[in-house]
Amino acid sequence: MNAIASPGVAGSTALAAEGLVKHFNGITATDNVSLTLPRGARHALIGPNGAGKTTLINLLTGVLKPSAGRILLAGEDVTTASAQQRVQRGLARTFQINQLYAELTPLETLVMAIMQRRGNLMRWWQPVTRQREACDEAVALLERLGLGSVMAERTSTLAYGKRRLLEVALALACQPQVLLLDEPAAGVPHGERDEILETISELPRDVTLVLIEHDMEMVFRFAERISVLVSGALAMEGTPEEVAASPLVREVYLGGAHATATAAHARKGA
Amino acid sequence: MSAVSETGLASRAAAHASLVAARRLRPAEIAFWLMPIAGYFLFPDRLALLSEIAILGLFALSLDILLGFAGIVSLGHAAFFGLGAYTAGILGKYGWTEPLSGLAIAALVAGAVGFITSFLVLRGNDLTRLMVTLGVSLMLAEAANRLGWLTGGADGLTGVMIGPVFGVFEFDIFGVTAYWYAVGVLFVLFCLARYLASSVFGLTLRGIKGNSLRMAAIGAPVNLNLVTAYTIGAAYAGVAGGLLAQTTQFASLDVLEFQRSAEVLLVLLIGGSGYLYGGLIGAVLFKLMHDLLSDLTPQYWQFWLGILLVVLVLSSREGVRGLYLRVAARFARSRHPGRKGGAA
Repeated sequence: MNAIASPGVAGSTALAAEGLVKHFNGITATDNVSLTLPRGARHALIGPNGAGKTTLINLLTGVLKPSAGRILLAGEDVTTASAQQRVQRGLARTFQINQLYAELTPLETLVMAIMQRRGNLMRWWQPVTRQREACDEAVALLERLGLGSVMAERTSTLAYGKRRLLEVALALACQPQVLLLDEPAAGVPHGERDEILETISELPRDVTLVLIEHDMEMVFRFAERISVLVSGALAMEGTPEEVAASPLVREVYLGGAHATATAAHARKGA
Repeated sequence: MSAVSETGLASRAAAHASLVAARRLRPAEIAFWLMPIAGYFLFPDRLALLSEIAILGLFALSLDILLGFAGIVSLGHAAFFGLGAYTAGILGKYGWTEPLSGLAIAALVAGAVGFITSFLVLRGNDLTRLMVTLGVSLMLAEAANRLGWLTGGADGLTGVMIGPVFGVFEFDIFGVTAYWYAVGVLFVLFCLARYLASSVFGLTLRGIKGNSLRMAAIGAPVNLNLVTAYTIGAAYAGVAGGLLAQTTQFASLDVLEFQRSAEVLLVLLIGGSGYLYGGLIGAVLFKLMHDLLSDLTPQYWQFWLGILLVVLVLSSREGVRGLYLRVAARFARSRHPGRKGGAA
């Protein structure tokens, strides 16, 4: 089970990386990256293609082992913990490219995920139909994400936007303390992005969110702090205004004056 | 009560009903299990063939647990079939003649070897799995050849004595007891497999087969589930082999041969994998084709069998089930021209 933090430690650090380094055959994909995310943070990670965002996510979630550095989850060192152990300690992620179960329905998908989280060996051998609590929890989660009407349809038949939402729902079924969202709106038409952003904004405040995103409008509407990754290293970290105003960031990433206007526009809108 | 909680309750009930509906016993299943009874009365002089079908069906079911549910490919599944056959046969030869406990021991031995070798099979991708499973079965076949004092070597294991089933039903020369014994064991193990497929474990296996990357990312113990599935599949194959040795009172090196591994894979592909009945349907079709073709052209039956298989695979990648679904979909379309095709 996940440890539920008491309100007394609400200000503590949810996820921290200290001097993370990753070499691939002589190439440094992650170069001395340090991050500190307080509980409940709304943090964005941006950077041009090839900046090492995916590598950093894989290091944080335990898919890759860092060449150097430490990762702390709620103050505990998880550098050597497996991906599975990190999920059990409350670190979940979504994928840029949908990683779903084409043959299962959204309901079955979530019931399965909830049963993994509970890890009850006695229930392992019981029929799925007897898992009433997991089923109820799955229904509640599906309805919260607007998937109630399609919960008994095969995932492969769902519209793309719905599958994107299921991607988020599946990560939420792990009841994460920290959720890494890897371009949650990737491939979704512009008009339907708001639904996804709204869903994410409505997540409870005790869940720490990290958004990896290309869409600058989304980043500036969502994030309270932004880290900019360039060539594997942390180029800067700051508030959206600071990032948008930074000449360095404008040069390497945002492409000039446009960004400042976008940031100002987004703040007004939010 | 507020309207919100009422709709909440309604959708919970609907959700639960959808889970139940997907796992309900279908009329076609009951019809399927009437076939062995009909077979007994229609072909009383072909009981040996019908018993072979039941045993091959159980063997194919055991492969389906690996391939259809856990997504583990194997080219050496005969290893466990052979282990079960020799275990049951050797027990019978040396005085342990009670058949059901003999089968249970055969399952335990095959399952134990399956458990140990599963850790080799987990490593690597499909191609390495093919090689590792093949390698394990070849090693066992050679071991059985070398241990002639125990297995009878190339001459086969003779002198197997099997006592009456439940202490009552003696194995007879007409193969009546053997038939009902094989069908009964198949039925019980099939029900158990069906139960497992509908359990949380079965759902998890489907998840692993569907997307093992994501399974790891939602914290599922992927390897533990695969080891369990492989062990169960091996134990099932052991029972199938044990049944063959007990009902024929004989075991020879061919129970471990590569041909048997390839044949069972073929049987499962004919029937279609992943829905439990594929192995059984495949076994019926394969044995009947074999029987029919070898009657018509004793010398060239494998040629015609080959042609039929190529045609089947070319017309449907999911075996006869895929063929059936496609025909059903076309039929539904022609009856309801306005609607878009359903089952596919």
